[in-house]
Amino acid sequence: MTTTQTLCLAKDMTIYNALDQKQELLDALSSSDDVELDLSQVGEIDTAGLQLLILMKKEAQRAGKRVVIVAHSQPVRSLIDFCNLAADLGDPLVIPASEAN
Amino acid sequence: MDELTNVYIQESREQLAEMEAGLLRLEQNPDDGDNIDAIFRAAHTIKGGSGVIECAFIEQFTHRVENLLDALRNGEASVSGALATLLLECCDHMGRLIDVLAAQQPEPDAQLVEHGNALTGRLQAFLDQTAGTGAGSANLTVQEDEGTVESSGGGVVDTDAWHISIRFGPNVLRGGTDPLSFIRFLGSLGEIIGIETIADAIPSAEEMDPESCYLGFEIRLQTKSSKSDIERIFDFVREDCDLRILSPQSKVSDYVRLIQELPEDTLRLGEMLVRCGALTQAEIDQGLRDQKQTTEVTGEETPPPLGEILVGNKVVHPEIVEAAVTRQTQVVEKKAREAQLVRVHADKLDQLIDLIGELVIAGASANLLALKSRNGELVEATSVLSRLVESIRDSALQLRMVQIGDTFTRFNRVVRDVSKDLGKEIELSISGAETELDKSVVEKIGDPLMHLVRNSLDHGIEPVEQRLARGKPACGRVLLNAFHDSGSIVIQVSDDGGGLNREKIRAKAIERELIQPTDSLSDAEIINLIFEPGFSTVDQVSKLSGRGVGMDVVRRNIQALRGTVEVTSAEGQGTTFTIRLPLTLAIIDGFLVGVGKASYVIPLDAVVECIEHKNLAGDRNFLNLRGEALPFIRLRKLFEVEGSPPARESIVVVQFGGQRAGIVVDQLMGEFQTVIKPLGRLFSNLRGISGSTILGSGEVALILDVAALVNIVTRSEEERLLTNRNSASPQLAYTGSSTFVSSGR
Repeated sequence: MTTTQTLCLAKDMTIYNALDQKQELLDALSSSDDVELDLSQVGEIDTAGLQLLILMKKEAQRAGKRVVIVAHSQPVRSLIDFCNLAADLGDPLVIPASEAN
Repeated sequence: MDELTNVYIQESREQLAEMEAGLLRLEQNPDDGDNIDAIFRAAHTIKGGSGVIECAFIEQFTHRVENLLDALRNGEASVSGALATLLLECCDHMGRLIDVLAAQQPEPDAQLVEHGNALTGRLQAFLDQTAGTGAGSANLTVQEDEGTVESSGGGVVDTDAWHISIRFGPNVLRGGTDPLSFIRFLGSLGEIIGIETIADAIPSAEEMDPESCYLGFEIRLQTKSSKSDIERIFDFVREDCDLRILSPQSKVSDYVRLIQELPEDTLRLGEMLVRCGALTQAEIDQGLRDQKQTTEVTGEETPPPLGEILVGNKVVHPEIVEAAVTRQTQVVEKKAREAQLVRVHADKLDQLIDLIGELVIAGASANLLALKSRNGELVEATSVLSRLVESIRDSALQLRMVQIGDTFTRFNRVVRDVSKDLGKEIELSISGAETELDKSVVEKIGDPLMHLVRNSLDHGIEPVEQRLARGKPACGRVLLNAFHDSGSIVIQVSDDGGGLNREKIRAKAIERELIQPTDSLSDAEIINLIFEPGFSTVDQVSKLSGRGVGMDVVRRNIQALRGTVEVTSAEGQGTTFTIRLPLTLAIIDGFLVGVGKASYVIPLDAVVECIEHKNLAGDRNFLNLRGEALPFIRLRKLFEVEGSPPARESIVVVQFGGQRAGIVVDQLMGEFQTVIKPLGRLFSNLRGISGSTILGSGEVALILDVAALVNIVTRSEEERLLTNRNSASPQLAYTGSSTFVSSGR
C-alpha cells in the first residue's frame, strides 16, 4: 500500500474517455497511497480532463494520500498554465529549454 | 527569515533592476508599448509576491505605483521627464522597502514612511492630471488609504478591466461544447490579464459524473470591446451557464454583490477575486465589512481579514504555496531567457575554489614525486590526473565569472540623474558588456567606476555653450568599454569633454609639493599625477566630486584588486581612464623561471616568447629584437640576487598594455599551475611582486607583477630619454632598482 504507483495515461483526456479514465484514476488512488501521474502521452485535454485532474487532487487531499503529476505533455502544460491552476495542481511544471522564451 | 521571503527578496531585486532599466529606456523611447508592459509586469510581480509573503507596506506602495503604470499602459498618461523621474524615485523607494524587509524589521521607519507618503502624493497628482485630461477614458482613482471605498467617485475599483464571472451548467459538456474553448476565444477580444478556475462545485468521487461540467471561471479581461461583444461569445452556451459581466468602472459594492450572489463560499470567492487581480485585499476587506455594517447580512460571522485566510490556506496546503513560488521562479526564468539556473551561495563557491587550489598544489607535489620515482606508469597516471585537475580548475573558475554588463547598465541611471542635475546633455554608450570577469572583482570595481564616471560627467564634459563654442555636438558622450587583453580585463571610461590641462596639473602638483619645479616629467606622467593623494584641480567644490579625495582612493581600490589605472587625455578632445584588472584572483597559468636558487612565476598570459640571451655587452638594457628595440631588465639585478649569472641566460618577452619588455632570468622551467597566495600586509608596498605560490616541492615561489616590471623598464627608458633631451650630456642611467625599492609615496 505504501509503494508509489505510477499511472501513465495513454489516451487523450477528453470527454470521450472521461468515464473510463475516471475509473482508472480512482482505482489507482484506492490501491495506493502515493500515485504518480505521467501525462506525457496525453495529446489532448479538455474541460472534462481538467476536471478529472482536479478531482484526483481533491480526493487525494481528502484521503490524506498523495497524487503528483510527474510529467506533462505540452497540451496539458499549456492548459494548466492558461487556467492558472499551476499552484492548485501543485506539481513542478517543467518548462523545456526550447520553449523558454 | 523563511525561505519564501528570501526568494521574494531576491526576485524582487531582480524585478526592480528590470523595472529601472525599463524606465530608463522609456525616456528614450516613450512609445514602446512592450517596454511599458514589461515595467508594469515587473511592478506587478513585486506586488503579487508581497501579497503572498504578507508584507503590507511593500504591497501598498507598489500598488500605487502600479496604478500610474497602468494608466501609462493604457495611454491615459503620457511619458514625460518628470514622470520618469518620479517613477525612478519610486523604484528607489521600493528598493529601500525591500531592504527593510531584508533587515527583518516589522515596518519601515518614520523617515521612510514620510518619504513614501510624499511619493504617493506626487503619484496621486499625476493620476489626477490624467483623470482630468482623459475625459472619455476609464475613470481612474488611486486609493488614498486602505479603503478605496472612501476615495473619490464613490468607491470605484481602480482597475480598467472587465470582470467576467461564469459558472457552466452541468450539461455543457454533453452538448458537445468545451467551455475552455470559449474562454480561450475571449482572448481574441483583448488580453486576459487574470484567470481563476473555480472547481469548488466538483462533488466527491462517487457522485462526480465525469461527463458533467462543474467548473467556473473568474476572468479579468482587458479589451476595448463592449459588454454585448463579450456576451456574444457565450451565446452558444447562454442557456446553460451563469454569466455575470462587470464593466471596468464597477464599484466595490458591485463586486460584493457578485460575491454574494454566486454559490461559492464568500471568502473563498473573495480570495479568488484578489488572486485574479480584480480587487485588492484591502478593497475586498473593506467592501465586505461595509456591507456587513450597512445591510444586515444574516447568519455569518464577521469575516476575518483575508490575510488570515491565506495563512490558513498555507497551513492546509503547503504545496500550493510552494508550487506558486516554483511557478513564479519559472516565469522569471522564462522571461530572462535563461533556461536553467541554480542559485549557489557565494561562500560555497569560494570554498570550492580554495579546495581546488589545494588540489592543484597537492597534484603538483604528486607529479614531482612521480617524476623522481622514474616509474613510467606512475608518471603517466599523475599527468592524466593533473590534466583533469586543470580542467576542474578552469570550470570552477568559470563558475565565478560574471558579465560586466550589469555593472555597466547601473550607470545609465547615474548618467541620467547627474546630467539632469548639472543641466548637461550627456549620453552613455556601453560596449563590451558581455566581457566576463571574476565575481569578486565585479563587486569591488563598482565604487571606483562610479567615481570615474561621475568625474567624467562633472569635470570632463563641458557645459553645452562651451561645447557648441568648441564645435562639438551639444550632447556629450561618456563611453564605458570592457575587453580582455593578455590575461587581464581592461575597463575604460572615456568622455569627449575638455580633457586634462597639463599645465594646470603641473602647477598644482608643484604647489602641493608633489613634484619639484625642476623635475622633468613626460606628459603621461604629468596627467597621471591626478591619482596622487589630495589632488584636485577644480577650483570650486561641486556636489558630485572635486573634494580632493577621490582619484587617489580610486587608485588604491584598484590596486587592492592587483590592478592598475591610468589616464590619457587629449586637451579639448577628451579623457580616457583605463583600468586593468587581473581576470581572476585565485588561480592562474604561470610560467616558472629560476634566478639563482629561487623560482619566480610569470603569468603565462603575459608571456609572448622566450629567447636566448646572447652575452650582451655590460650595461645595455635594450636589445634589437627583429628590428625593434626591446628594453629588458635583469631579475638578478632587480632583486639583488647574490651569485654570478650562468653562462647562458634567457630572456622572457612579456607584454602588458601594449608595451613589451624582456626579463632576463637564469633558467626556464616551464608551465606551472599557480595558486595565488596573497602576500601579507607587510609586503603591500612591494612593487614588482604580486603574490606568492607554493611549488610541488613545498618551496615558495614569488609571482612577478608584470605590469610593474614593464612599467619599471619603460619608465627607465623614458627617463633616460628625458635626461638626454634636457641635459646636453648623454647619461646612461639605469634606474630600475631604485624605482623598485620606492614604496608607495
